[in-house]
Amino acid sequence: MTRRGRLRLFLLAALVLAAGYAVACLDLPPFGGDRHPYGDRAVHAALARRTANAVASVNFDQRAMDTLGEETILFAAVLGAVVLLRRTAGEARTEPEPARVSAGVRRLGLALLPVALLVGLYVVAHGNVTPGGGFQGGVVVATALHLLYVAADYRALERIRPVSRYELGDAAGEFAYTMTGVCTALAGPAFLANVLPLGTFRALASAGTVVLLNAAVGMEVACGVVVLLATFLDQAVEIADAPGGPRSADGAPEEEPT
Amino acid sequence: MSVLPYLVAGWIFLVGLYGLVTSRDLIHAVGCLAVTQSSTYVLLLAVGYRRGGTAPVFADAPAGARVVDPVVQALTLTDIVVGATVTALLLALVVQLRKRHGTVDPDRLSELRG
Repeated sequence: MTRRGRLRLFLLAALVLAAGYAVACLDLPPFGGDRHPYGDRAVHAALARRTANAVASVNFDQRAMDTLGEETILFAAVLGAVVLLRRTAGEARTEPEPARVSAGVRRLGLALLPVALLVGLYVVAHGNVTPGGGFQGGVVVATALHLLYVAADYRALERIRPVSRYELGDAAGEFAYTMTGVCTALAGPAFLANVLPLGTFRALASAGTVVLLNAAVGMEVACGVVVLLATFLDQAVEIADAPGGPRSADGAPEEEPT
Repeated sequence: MSVLPYLVAGWIFLVGLYGLVTSRDLIHAVGCLAVTQSSTYVLLLAVGYRRGGTAPVFADAPAGARVVDPVVQALTLTDIVVGATVTALLLALVVQLRKRHGTVDPDRLSELRG
């Protein structure tokens, strides 16, 4: 199909979709209205389980099973990216060059690294009380480590980031979440039921299993994002076509970067 | 106008689709897919909004405070995580496509290779 024909077909379909969608919108409950039956019940359940962050209560308590699925999607995607971007035969690994970084960037980056790391861990740990949680905090932790790439160079980043350990951490996070579920099933009524003592409302130790599940997700997300970024950075920095074209199969053994 | 936020979500969806259909670069197409998906964030948050409501986090607010719907916010979080993982996987596929076929233009990728 030509580009023009494809565009025409799209515009026709978009017109039909837009008209149908607009009519459907007119029948939705009005924006900002007062009727939120699910929201009201979720807030009620969150308060009953002494979870100040109602969103965390929905994610890690009321819908904890769905979050297991979501976490598994993340795990599978990281695995998929690692498999897709592994070094193929005919590609050589080049040692990254030391890079020159201006003194100001270096100082600022090194000063911010521990702060960013701490903020990430804070966001993970307080997920049951304040906005945040394992997903958000995990990403902050993972990106904080990459400040070293900005402040120093790729070789410095590789020293604090042995990828195989983070792969293990990724799997351990997934495992911890599942095992928490198995333990609650053995101890109480159901898989991923909130059976732990609920603690004091608004305290760091509150909301029962939400704290554990948050920590497991935080670990998995932090490690997963580190591994994901490592595979992409490897493609950009280290992996180069071998002399003689990308299709020359030499099958050199994989070298561990030092 | 009380349906405007819903219509904005629909508009973002269609703009993303337009980008996908007319894309000449797979990296651009992956970006367009992310735009298309972000329309669902707008729609979910619009559905859950309550006029005058605050965030559904009771760290500071009193327990009886008027809050927006936490269920759709949790769904949006799930949505963002899944979107990010899909984007990562698609970008990995694009990297490999570029290596094997030497192009990222979808119109030039129609040939079969055994």
